[in-house]
Amino acid sequence: MFKLLRFLKSYRKESILAPLFKLLEALLELLVPLVVAAVIDHGIPDADKGYIVRMCLLLVLFGLLGLSCSVCAQFFAAKAAVGFTAKVRHALFSHIQSLSYTELDDIGTSTLITRMTSDMNQIQNGVNLTLRLLMRSPFVVFGAMIMAFTIDAKTALLFVLVIPVLSLIVFGIMLFSIPLYRRVQLRLDQVLSLTRQNLTGVRVIRAFCKEDEQKEQFARKNNAMTAEQKYVGRISALMNPLTYIVINLGIIGLIYTGALRVDAGIITQGAVVALYNYMSQILVELVKLANLIINITKSIACGNRVQSVFETASSLKAPERPVRETVPDCPAGSPYVEFDHATLRYRNASADMLHDLCFAAAPGETIGVIGGTGSGKSSLVSLIPRFYDVTSGAVRLCGTDVRDYPPGALRQAVGVVPQRAVLFSGTIRSNLCFRKENAGDEELWEALRLAQAEEFVRRLPKGLDSPVSQGGKNFSGGQRQRLTIARALVGNPPLLILDDSASALDYATDAALRKALAGLPQKPCCFLVSQRTASLMHADRILVLDDGRIVGQGTHKELLASCEVYREIYDSQFKKEVNAG
Amino acid sequence: MKKGTVKRVLAYLGSYRIYLALSLLLAAVSVAFTLYVPIRIGRAIDAVVGKGAVDFSALLRHLAVAGAFALAAALLQWIMSVINNKITYEVVRDIRSDAMTHIQELPLSYLDSHAYGDIVSRVIADVDQFADGLLMGFTNFFTGVVTILGTLLFMLLLHPTITLVVVLLTPLSLFVARFIAKHTYQMFRLQSSTRGEQTAIIEEMIGNQRVVQAFSHEEKALEAFDEVNDRLAACSLQATFYSSLTNPTTRFVNSTVYAAVALAGAFAAIGGSITVGGLSCFLSYAGQYAKPFNEISGVITELQNALACAARMFDFLDSAPQTPDAPDAQRLQNVKGNVTLSHVSFSYRPDQKLIEDLNLQVKAGNRIAIVGPTGCGKTTLINLLMRFYDTTKGSVSVDGCDVRQVTRASLRQNYGMVLQETWLMEGTIRENIVMGKPDATDEEIIAAAKASHAHSFIKRLPQGYDTLLSENGDELSQGQKQLLCITRVMLCLPPMLILDEATSSIDTRTELKIQDAFSRMMKGRTSFIVAHRLSTICDADRILVMKDGNIIEQGTHRELLEQKGFYYHLYESQFASAGE
Repeated sequence: MFKLLRFLKSYRKESILAPLFKLLEALLELLVPLVVAAVIDHGIPDADKGYIVRMCLLLVLFGLLGLSCSVCAQFFAAKAAVGFTAKVRHALFSHIQSLSYTELDDIGTSTLITRMTSDMNQIQNGVNLTLRLLMRSPFVVFGAMIMAFTIDAKTALLFVLVIPVLSLIVFGIMLFSIPLYRRVQLRLDQVLSLTRQNLTGVRVIRAFCKEDEQKEQFARKNNAMTAEQKYVGRISALMNPLTYIVINLGIIGLIYTGALRVDAGIITQGAVVALYNYMSQILVELVKLANLIINITKSIACGNRVQSVFETASSLKAPERPVRETVPDCPAGSPYVEFDHATLRYRNASADMLHDLCFAAAPGETIGVIGGTGSGKSSLVSLIPRFYDVTSGAVRLCGTDVRDYPPGALRQAVGVVPQRAVLFSGTIRSNLCFRKENAGDEELWEALRLAQAEEFVRRLPKGLDSPVSQGGKNFSGGQRQRLTIARALVGNPPLLILDDSASALDYATDAALRKALAGLPQKPCCFLVSQRTASLMHADRILVLDDGRIVGQGTHKELLASCEVYREIYDSQFKKEVNAG
Repeated sequence: MKKGTVKRVLAYLGSYRIYLALSLLLAAVSVAFTLYVPIRIGRAIDAVVGKGAVDFSALLRHLAVAGAFALAAALLQWIMSVINNKITYEVVRDIRSDAMTHIQELPLSYLDSHAYGDIVSRVIADVDQFADGLLMGFTNFFTGVVTILGTLLFMLLLHPTITLVVVLLTPLSLFVARFIAKHTYQMFRLQSSTRGEQTAIIEEMIGNQRVVQAFSHEEKALEAFDEVNDRLAACSLQATFYSSLTNPTTRFVNSTVYAAVALAGAFAAIGGSITVGGLSCFLSYAGQYAKPFNEISGVITELQNALACAARMFDFLDSAPQTPDAPDAQRLQNVKGNVTLSHVSFSYRPDQKLIEDLNLQVKAGNRIAIVGPTGCGKTTLINLLMRFYDTTKGSVSVDGCDVRQVTRASLRQNYGMVLQETWLMEGTIRENIVMGKPDATDEEIIAAAKASHAHSFIKRLPQGYDTLLSENGDELSQGQKQLLCITRVMLCLPPMLILDEATSSIDTRTELKIQDAFSRMMKGRTSFIVAHRLSTICDADRILVMKDGNIIEQGTHRELLEQKGFYYHLYESQFASAGE
């Protein structure tokens, strides 16, 4: 949590002024019992009404000054807390953006979302309260003690006894409840993830009539959370009653000792009343402090969890001194993409996903990648834009290791169409301009045309500016897919990766797409991942993957003749038609 | 502020009446005790008159009584807190579980058109905020009110005139609090809705972080995020600052009251109508009397916030659920599998026509394939068959029963569905497989998994069938997930099947092997197959070729090829190169 405080730096002025004004207000409050004692010891016995009126006006004046101090404090505290949280949110969002696929796999999306939302709210609340109250309460507590000493040192010794006991209670309960609150938060995460799951899986849940079972499961997790909440609530609820008892015992002791001193003629009755008032003030402030501490505890827990995300560094290190700033044009004849004994093992995995891959692709060449489910096709192409780093060996682009390019430059050179067709809310235009911010209409239409999406976009009433809802849910799967292909084509990337992107397309569209790509004047080097031989058979070269190894490479014809795995795949897709047709 | 929201909250509290009553009672008693303590202490102070004039026996008596009451008050206070915790957390639990029930009953049209992040934020963050407000409300509001009333009573007993001063001045405090609360409610609402907006962005961008990164879209995403973030900071500052003014202003009113009491009390003491101990007791009351106003006003702002959150939650709970099953709905039983669509019209949005006057008769046991270009309405047809959506016009019936006349559950139980979008729940592989048949034995599960060719990869997983999958099974490949979804259906084998691109992510070598199992599975079952790979549908009894929501051709594979129509071209394009 404390490391997060660096974000408070630009609010240094506010963070100092807020508690300062609060202290001023507290100081004024500490003077009140003295004024009252004066009224009792001088005003009343002397029946001096003018003196009493003056003293009471003084009390009102203190109140007024206190009010102005407090308003300032509230403003500075709110400003610092809100500004601080906005900065942390910004930084965290930005940090999450920098995490690599490996860390995203590790942490999980729903956790990150909780960190960004409810944790942040709690942090804001905590900082705000801390600035306003954390200094004030101890100040009043010790201030009251010091004032008590100025009245009568011997009686005031009771304060020295009471304050540590109170602190022990307050901090003991606090320390005990921190880990419990953490567990509650964990349970909340589970409830959140279950809620999400029920939204994303609604079709399957309903198809299998699992509504009741999901409700039950939710009820179980929900109940477990409630039980934890109640438990921790019971413990924190001890704080107020215990402190109350201690304070009252303190007051009883104080009056008794005071009575002895008065009997001996050392102090006055008014002084006993003032001491009593100070002790009461301690109670009020400690109750506030206790509640505050609970709140801060929660916030610190949230802060620590946010900090732990900050501490998760991206395992993909951008090169400190990139060998090259941008991906250069590649002279014809030399390899564009080169896999040099590339091996990939995912974190926590027990076996290599890709093993010792060696091949090279020339500029403009179309490479097909084929293989069964889980054979490593997607992993292979994800090495090129550095979504994952090789465990050993190297992947080179234009002769330079991909790890020696700035990641931005690398991704600028590579157009990726992911397996899952993801669109973002906005417009078709805003989605297409992902790779190239200022792409003109013509460029966008050209990309749409290539991606076989021109026709349906033309038919939309608003064309390029048609709205896209979250996840692109207002388009069909195939339309989404074509839009994601168009998105990758904007800006003519020299390298194009289609990661099984045509699977949601019908064959006619798929064929038209391939034809359009082949007809480009500046043909990109193209990686086509697919399970359908029909999509790949025209590729310049096909890599056949099986269990993370290349078991064959060559043209369609060569592979039919030489590679058994390929032949099996081919037969599975074509033999039947020949018979049926 | 919405009156309805308060009423709804009260309705939730209704089932905890007894606890509420108990909490109130405990609040009353513990406050009475708390208030009684200063009286005894005041009397003790009166026993301390001056040098050599201290009445020690009276002093000790008063102090002992004060101590006993303080102990009792503390104990009761703790019990009350425990009860309040119970009520709050259980009410929140009830609301969340109602929300979950509601999610299960919402029409898909609602879920398809709302951002999940927003719904999640309502169910989690808003409800959390509501819980905080409610708990504060309980612990501080009740005791606050009781303290005010109790103090009033004790003060009247002590000295009616000074009490009058207090009573006349304190409404100021209330007025100020009310004024501030009224003006901050809107700000809290704005803050809450802006927060929802931000959650939606977070959900979208972080949920799809991989794509964002693949396109180096980080900066733009951050820009969009910052725009909302800045707006949130601005409205949050307003809400936080203005609401935090309540305490200082009421505190000021209170110190004025305190000063007035000191004045009136001192004058009364001079007149002899009150003792010094009485005055000090009065002053401590004046402080206590004012404090609940502080707290109550603090609570009111918190409650405003809580109510704004509750209102958003109730908004969600109020969204119309799907039309419930007809009261006389039958369970669809002994299904043969005759499916009829007559004059069906449907569209997702009134301004965009999709399916119009569609007629279709499917005999039991027939294998129907649906092909057509993307967006032609294939998936929509399935939405209608499963009754995920209701038709706008016309009817869908199974064995002559209109699907609206039978329970949804029984209709869906008769369908086995495998979708292109694979979805797995958090849990073990086994739990995911037995979704349709919870009492399946291990042998049955393994047999089903072998039939779908999932067994070989499952057994290689570290814990086999007991391997835990995270939300959406991210540790499996798309194809493996699809195999699991197929296994799920293989296990329960209902009389009708829907395979919507069921094998699109599976490699064809494996698919070929599954096809056998599929063929066996489909034997005697009415099946609807949506596929791009025409190879998978050649032997269907009937192929429907759809375009723009209409069936433009139908027949067997051979018939359609002979027609040389749309299907023929589709087929040609797919296999144009096959003969090379």
